[in-house]
Amino acid sequence: MTITVIGAGVAGLVAAVTLAERGAAVTLHERSDRLGENAASWLAGGMLAPFCEAESADPSIVAPGRAAIDWWAARVPEVMRQGTLVLAPRRDAGEVQRYARRTREGLMLDAEGVEALEPDLAGRFSGGLHFATEAHLDPRRALVALAERLRALGGTIHFGSDIMPEAATGDVVLDCRGIAADAPQLRSVRGEMMVLKTRDIRLSRPIRLLHPRMPVYVVPRAEGRFMVGATMIESEASGGPTLRSAVELMNAAYALHPAFAEAEVTEMKAGRRPAFPDNLPRVTRRGRIVSVNGLYRHGFLLSPDCAAKAADLALGSSSREEIAA
Amino acid sequence: MRIYDETLKSRLMLGTARYPSPQILKQAILASGAEIVTVSLRREAAGERAGQKFWDLIRETGVKVLPNTAGCHSVREAVTTAQMAREVFRTNLVKLEVIGDADTLQPDLFGLVEATRILTEDGFQVLAYTTEDLVAADRLVEAGCRVLMPWGSPIGSARGLNNVYGLRAMRARFPDLTLLVDAGIGVPSHAAQAMELGYDGVLLSSAVALAGNPVTMARGFRLAVEAGRLAFEADPLQPRDMAEASTPVLGQALLGGAVFA
Repeated sequence: MTITVIGAGVAGLVAAVTLAERGAAVTLHERSDRLGENAASWLAGGMLAPFCEAESADPSIVAPGRAAIDWWAARVPEVMRQGTLVLAPRRDAGEVQRYARRTREGLMLDAEGVEALEPDLAGRFSGGLHFATEAHLDPRRALVALAERLRALGGTIHFGSDIMPEAATGDVVLDCRGIAADAPQLRSVRGEMMVLKTRDIRLSRPIRLLHPRMPVYVVPRAEGRFMVGATMIESEASGGPTLRSAVELMNAAYALHPAFAEAEVTEMKAGRRPAFPDNLPRVTRRGRIVSVNGLYRHGFLLSPDCAAKAADLALGSSSREEIAA
Repeated sequence: MRIYDETLKSRLMLGTARYPSPQILKQAILASGAEIVTVSLRREAAGERAGQKFWDLIRETGVKVLPNTAGCHSVREAVTTAQMAREVFRTNLVKLEVIGDADTLQPDLFGLVEATRILTEDGFQVLAYTTEDLVAADRLVEAGCRVLMPWGSPIGSARGLNNVYGLRAMRARFPDLTLLVDAGIGVPSHAAQAMELGYDGVLLSSAVALAGNPVTMARGFRLAVEAGRLAFEADPLQPRDMAEASTPVLGQALLGGAVFA
């Protein structure tokens, strides 16, 4: 069976690899000239944190999110299983209790427990929550690894190829264009992020800093880099980050540790997350076109599950017309 | 409840930010019975009409949209935002916020009065987010404002009514003006208390949006606002120091202890 996938963001790449693994001949078309350009997933935090995300998301994301950790670990390098550490500034310490009430699997830590996990944060927080089974990865390295895997499985990738699903060849066409698909009810939730670089502080796992106005996370990456994200703004605007958002992200990093004040800001970008009204992804089939969209802030967490459902629809092992992931 | 030319059945207004999803926001609006919801143009726009799809989802519920100038820290910013909002939402109503302090988010009353004057002269119908300060309230009314919205406590603090005395004094000073408590409401009993003081309504946002179950909490607030209003209309008892039996005790056999009539 020949399959054309449109869109090389995380949804498209994971779907393409999943189909290639099931023996399909896959061709992937990406409008941009290189991997990650204009893809929301290139700017992602790369947190595989189903329990933390379920604090504000539908609980149905937990099971596929947990399975996603193994999916990624089997296919891309450096999936770090260090868990997630949730912290709150001292004056908002009650936020940790609230977070614990609304989530599962979090282990309450006192100040010493926080220090044992992250020595560089010693003395800065009176307590926190550890979600030990969660993981994180570097989204860019992961997407590059998936592209290599797809090629190794016999798939081809065409960059700079802007085609519409209706015009595409192949037995089945997978529409993974995200916002560009302009699907009914699909909206964009803008997110702004930055990357900091410093050798003055080391972290082993993503830190979520609970703040009533501006919850943010800091994800450690290789070579002293830290991804700080991300805003959530109901907006279709595609321009660069606003000064307000930049200040908020910087303040959050500084609140986590003053050493970030001396960090180099190596990148500051804004992206648009595709989302449906319930903020859950949808996998649908109409004729020979299967659409995967609405991954919202859960691209890495839910794309393996969406891809499996899309592959079922594409290869005919499911008769359902629509599957809400 | 009267908001300028509009008469509303519901005395509850809801904010629309920070819900888990637009779908849950919609369900919460329906459960609350609110007929007006506030929308922040500032953050959701970032460019003109950039939040259109989100606003369309809100409009699907059939409620009226009240644009606000949340997060504006200067008169000019607030006035510009209000003017943009009028273009986008085609309404003269605006909830005017001019923030004066970054930590408490309390209103800059001087800027608020000035912005109210500018906007009223420009044909706006201003709902002013203010404190319980009576002098500021007088100035706002002079500037043309007909709906005052004093805070219960700082925005998002969930502390309830910090200054009941001040809110009661404000109600007494402006018996005919539409007054709503805005900000600081955390649980339905806070809303009921505001209604028992004779306030025309309450506006709240994070109390519902950030609750573990926003839809259930929205229903809780709907009932509390109704209950508080009914209590106000029914002329409630005043607290007293001594017990007063609800059943006459005269003629009953009493052992030990005196009976005071």
